[in-house]
Amino acid sequence: MKLNLRVWRQRNSGAEGAMATYEVDGISPDMSFLEMLDTLNEELILRGEDPVAFDHDCREGICGACSLVINGDAHGPERTTTCQLHMRSFRDGDTVDVEPWRASAFPVVKDLVVDRTAFDRIIQAGGYVTAPTGAAPEAHATPVPKAAADSAFEHAECIGCGACVAACPNGSAMLFTSAKVNHLNVLPQGAPERETRVLDMVAQMDAEGFGGCTLTGECATACPKGIPLPSIAAMNKEWLRARRKVK
Amino acid sequence: MEYLDFRTGDPIADTKAPAGPIAERWDTRRFEAKLVNPANRRKHRVIVVGTGLAGGSAGATLAEQGYHVVQFCFQDSPRRAHSIAAQGGINAAKNYRNDGDSIHRLFYDTVKGGDFRARESNVHRLAQISVEIIDQCVAQGVPFAREYGGLLDTRSFGGVQVSRTFYARGQTGQQLLLGAYQALSRQIAAGNVEMHARTEMLDLVVVDGRARGIVARDLITGAISTHYADAVVLASGGYGNVFYLSTNAMNSNATAVWRAHRRGAYFANPCFTQIHPTCIPRTGDHQSKLTLMSESLRNDGRIWVPRAKGDTRPAAEIPEDERDYYLERIYPSFGNLVPRDIASRAAKNVCDEGRGVGPGGQGVYLDFADAIARMGRAAVEARYGNLFDMYARITAENPYETPMRIYPAVHYTMGGLWVDYDLQTTVPGLFAIGEANFSDHGANRLGASALMQGLADGYFVLPATINDYLARHPKSEPVTDEHPAVREVLAETEDRLALLLSVDGDRTPDSFHRELGEVMWEFCGMARTAEGLRTALRRIPEIREEFWRRIKVPGSGEEFNQSLEKANRIVDYLELAELMCLDALNREESCGGHFREESQTPDGEAARRDEEFSYAAAWEFTGTAPVLHKEELAFEYVHPTQRSYA
Amino acid sequence: MALAPSKDTATAKGSASTRDASPARPPSRTPSRGFWSSTIGKKTVMAVSGLIMLAYLVAHVAGNLKVFFGPEEFNGYAHWLRVMGAPVLHHEWGLWIARIALLAAVGAHAVSAYQLSRRDIRARPTRYARKRKGSSYATRTMRWGGIILGLFIVWHILDLTTGTVHPGGFEEGKPYQNVIDTFSTWYGNTIYIVAMLAVGLHVRHGFWSAAQTLGVGNARRERVLRLLANGLALVLTAGFIAVPVGVMTGVVN
Repeated sequence: MKLNLRVWRQRNSGAEGAMATYEVDGISPDMSFLEMLDTLNEELILRGEDPVAFDHDCREGICGACSLVINGDAHGPERTTTCQLHMRSFRDGDTVDVEPWRASAFPVVKDLVVDRTAFDRIIQAGGYVTAPTGAAPEAHATPVPKAAADSAFEHAECIGCGACVAACPNGSAMLFTSAKVNHLNVLPQGAPERETRVLDMVAQMDAEGFGGCTLTGECATACPKGIPLPSIAAMNKEWLRARRKVK
Repeated sequence: MEYLDFRTGDPIADTKAPAGPIAERWDTRRFEAKLVNPANRRKHRVIVVGTGLAGGSAGATLAEQGYHVVQFCFQDSPRRAHSIAAQGGINAAKNYRNDGDSIHRLFYDTVKGGDFRARESNVHRLAQISVEIIDQCVAQGVPFAREYGGLLDTRSFGGVQVSRTFYARGQTGQQLLLGAYQALSRQIAAGNVEMHARTEMLDLVVVDGRARGIVARDLITGAISTHYADAVVLASGGYGNVFYLSTNAMNSNATAVWRAHRRGAYFANPCFTQIHPTCIPRTGDHQSKLTLMSESLRNDGRIWVPRAKGDTRPAAEIPEDERDYYLERIYPSFGNLVPRDIASRAAKNVCDEGRGVGPGGQGVYLDFADAIARMGRAAVEARYGNLFDMYARITAENPYETPMRIYPAVHYTMGGLWVDYDLQTTVPGLFAIGEANFSDHGANRLGASALMQGLADGYFVLPATINDYLARHPKSEPVTDEHPAVREVLAETEDRLALLLSVDGDRTPDSFHRELGEVMWEFCGMARTAEGLRTALRRIPEIREEFWRRIKVPGSGEEFNQSLEKANRIVDYLELAELMCLDALNREESCGGHFREESQTPDGEAARRDEEFSYAAAWEFTGTAPVLHKEELAFEYVHPTQRSYA
Repeated sequence: MALAPSKDTATAKGSASTRDASPARPPSRTPSRGFWSSTIGKKTVMAVSGLIMLAYLVAHVAGNLKVFFGPEEFNGYAHWLRVMGAPVLHHEWGLWIARIALLAAVGAHAVSAYQLSRRDIRARPTRYARKRKGSSYATRTMRWGGIILGLFIVWHILDLTTGTVHPGGFEEGKPYQNVIDTFSTWYGNTIYIVAMLAVGLHVRHGFWSAAQTLGVGNARRERVLRLLANGLALVLTAGFIAVPVGVMTGVVN
C-alpha cells in the first residue's frame, strides 16, 4: 500500500520546524510503523537527503523510547506503543501526520526526537526507596498483601514514554508522576519516605514546567500500558496527606 | 586485517580466585582484597559505561560506597537500557518452595547448563549471591509476583526441576531495571553520579598500560569528548546485533567491548551465542528486529509441525495423527522443555526438511489447545495473557484459537570480554560486567540467569573487587587531552567518523548490516560447519571492503545523526563478526549454543570434546592474525558429563 | 543538575558552542513543597471553593423554586434571608457573611483558575496538525464556561441584587416582581438560560474533578461520583431554568 506522510522536520532544538510531505510506496500491512519509517529513511539516504530522526530502541513495546504523535494521537490509533503499531491499522492512500511529542517540558531535539530528561529529574527528586546495596533484610521478612503488590505492579508498568504528557492538552505529567508515586507508596518498603516522596516529586514536576491536571482523561486514554486515571486521584490524596503530616 | 589465520599464544589463567573449598572462595577473596579508606573514596573517579542491570546497579552501589561515578548511556534515559525487555524472571537459590533447591544445586545446574565451559569459581559465587539479589530488589520496591499470603511467588523455568524463578508478570527485566535505575537516580540527585545520557562511548583511553578513560560522542551535538577516571567499567551488554536480526534492541551494540578489545582486552568465546527458540517469525525483508516471547510458554504449549512436507493446510484442518510433536517424540522425558539450543536446532531441522509453517516455511506451531482444554481459557489467560496479547498485536492472529507460530532468533551472547574472578579484563583498570563479559554462562545460558548475573556483578561482585584495584593504585597521574595516548585515540576516532561521512557511496548502513547478518545467520547461526565458517570468513572481509567503498552517511558529525551512529557501530560488527567465525571454526566440538555439524553423537546430538576443548578461548587483538590464549577449565565439583535429554 | 557535564572532566572537542545546543536544560524554576506554588495545591483551592459555590447553588435553586408558590412565599423567603440567624445575628449579617464567603470562593476559584490556565497554556504552546476529539464536551468547556459564568454573575447581581441594569422599575424587597420583569425580556431569558446550561456543564465535570483533586475518587467510587455529578448538574440546570420557563409560559405571573 501507499501512504501520504506528513512529517515534522526540525534541524535542531533552536531551528524552526515545519511539516514535510513524503510519499511512501510498497508498504506491507505486516510492517510496524517504525519499519515503514525505516523504509522511508533508506530512500531518503539514497536520495542524499537527511533521514527522519526518531527515537526507538527495543521495538517490542517496553523501553518507552518511541514517541510519535500520529494523526493527533500519541502512539497512533491503537492503544500501544508506536513500535507495536502495524501498518494494517492504516488504509491505502491515507494521509498520515507524524509529529513529535508537544510540550514545553519536552523540547524538540531534532525532527521527531524530544528531550524527556524532565522525567528523569522527577524520579531523582524522590522516585526511589533508600535501600543501599547490602542493607536489605531477608525478602520474606515483610509479607506484602497481594492487593498492595498487584496495585504496585499495575503502576510500575509505566514505561516512561511520555505519551500522557503528549496527549494532555495542558502538557501535564500527573499520570507519569502518579504512577511512580503510587508504585512505591502502596508498598511497605516505600512507607518510610512516603510523604517526602510525593511532595518532592510533585514539586519537581511543577518546576519542570509541566501543566496542571484538568482531569480530561486524555493521558489514560493514550497510555500504552493502561495506567488508570484514578492514579491521579490517589496521588492527590497522598499529596494532601503528606501536606498534613509534614510541617 | 585478515583473520583466517591465527596463532596460539601463552595460556591464560585466572589468578584472582582463591584456592580452597569452593563455597569459601568468595568470602576469602573479599577478605583478601584491599580496601579503600572511606575518606579517600570520593577522590576516586570510576567510569561506568551502560545503565542496564549491571551498569545501573554498579553505578548506584559504587556511588553509595563513596566513589565518584561518571556514567554513560546512549539512550535518552538510563531507564531504557535493553535489560528492560527481559521477560521471564530471575533465578535465586532461596528454596522458598522447600523443593530441594540449594546454592549448590543452582551452581550445579548452571555449570551443567553451560555445558562445562564456565569457570566453577565464578558460577558458585553467582549462585551464592543470587539470594542476596532478591532481598535487595524487594527492599527497593520491585513488585515481584506474590501469593495470597503476601510471600513471593516462584515458578520453574527453562526445564529446571526446582521452582526458583522469581518474576513480575512478563516484565521482570523492566521491574528489576527500574529498581536499579531508581537507586542510580538517588545517587545522581545526591551528586555522586555524573550521568551522561545520549552519550556513546567510542573508544577506550589506555595510559601506561592502565585503562584511564573513554572517548565519547554526545549524540545530540555530535561533540567528541574525553572523560578520565581511575578505573573504567564496561556494562555495555552483548553483541547479538552482529546478526542484524536478533531480539536485542535496535541500538544495542558492540562498540564499547570491541574498541576495548582493540586496546588490549582479550575477547573470550565470541562464538558462544544463544539462539532462543520462542520468537515470533519474521514477516518479510522489512523486518528490523525479532520479538522474543518468554520461554515459559513452553511450560504449557506443545510444539508441532505437519508430518508431511509442504502441508499448507491451516493448523485447525490438520488432524491429530498428521501432526508431529517432534520434541515430545525425540525427547520423551523432557518433551517441550528441552534446553534452548536443542529446541532451536530441532525447529531448524524440521523447517529445513520442508515442514515449517507460515510465510516462507520458517516457523513451527506452539499450540495451547490442550492447555486451554485442561486448565480453561481463564487460567491460560492469567498465566500468559500479556504474551498472547503481544503475539496477537504483532501477527494479527488470535493465539487462543490458532496455534502461535514461533521460530528461533539470536538472543544472548555468552561470549564477551575475558575477565578474571575480579571481573577485570586483561587491561588493568578495565572491568567488564553483565553480558559484556564472558564469565558465568559457559557455552549456554540457563533461562532467568541473565538478570541474575547482571545484578550479581553490579550490586555485589564489582563493588567488592574494584576496591582491591583502586587500593593498589591509590594515586593516578592526571591525564589530559595532551597526552600522546589520548591524542592518538582522539585522532583515530575523529578520523573514523570523518571517513564514514566522506565516502559518500551508494549503499545505506542498514543494507550492509543486513548483508552481514545474513552471512552470520547462515554460517555462524544454529548449526556451523568448517566449510560454512570458511565461507563466512571469506565473505566478511569482502563486505567490509565494500562497506568502506560504498557506504553513504548523510549529514555531518556535528549534529544529531542516527545514520552516523549506525554506520559507526557496523564498522565494529564487521570486525567482530570475523572473530566470531574464527572462534567457531577453531572450536571443533559441539557445546551449548555452539553446534558443529562435524561433532555429533551417532544419534545426532551435540558431542563435546573435553580432552581438546575444555578451555575458554581468549583472543588477543593484534591488527593482523589474532592470538589465541587458552584458559584451561578445571572441574573439581561438577564432573563433566555428556548432556542427555533423550 | 548532574546531567550537565562539569567543565573539568568533559573537554568538548570541536566547536565548544555545540554544547550550548544540548537540550538537557535545567528546570524552569526551583522545586518548592509550598501549597500555593504547587499545581495540586491550587487545584485543591479550586476544588474547595467550587464545592462551597456548589453548596450555595443547591440552596439557591431550592429558594428559587419557591417562586412557584406565589409572591407571598417567595418574598417571605427573601425577607427571611435578611433576618437569617436572628436574634444572634443583626439584620442582614447572616446574608453578608454568606456574601463575603461566596465572594472569597469566587475570587479564590477565579485566581487559581487563571493561574493554572496560564500555566497550562505555557506548558503546551504548540498544537498538533491534526486534533483528535477525545474528552467530553463538559471537560473541554471548563475554561470558557467559567468565564461565561463569571460574566453572568456580574450581570445577575447588577440585575436582581442592585437593580442597576434591571429592566423596568427595580423594587427592593419585591423579588417576585423583579424576577418576572427580567424574564419578560428576550435577552434576560437568553442570558439566563445559556448561563444555566453552562452551570450544568461546569458542575458536571467540576464536581467529579473536585472529588479527584481531593483524593476522594477511586476506581470503586467512580460510578457513584459520575452519577452524583450528572445528577447535580441536571437538578441545578433544570431547577434554575424552570423559573424563566414558568414566567414565559405564564405559570408564574
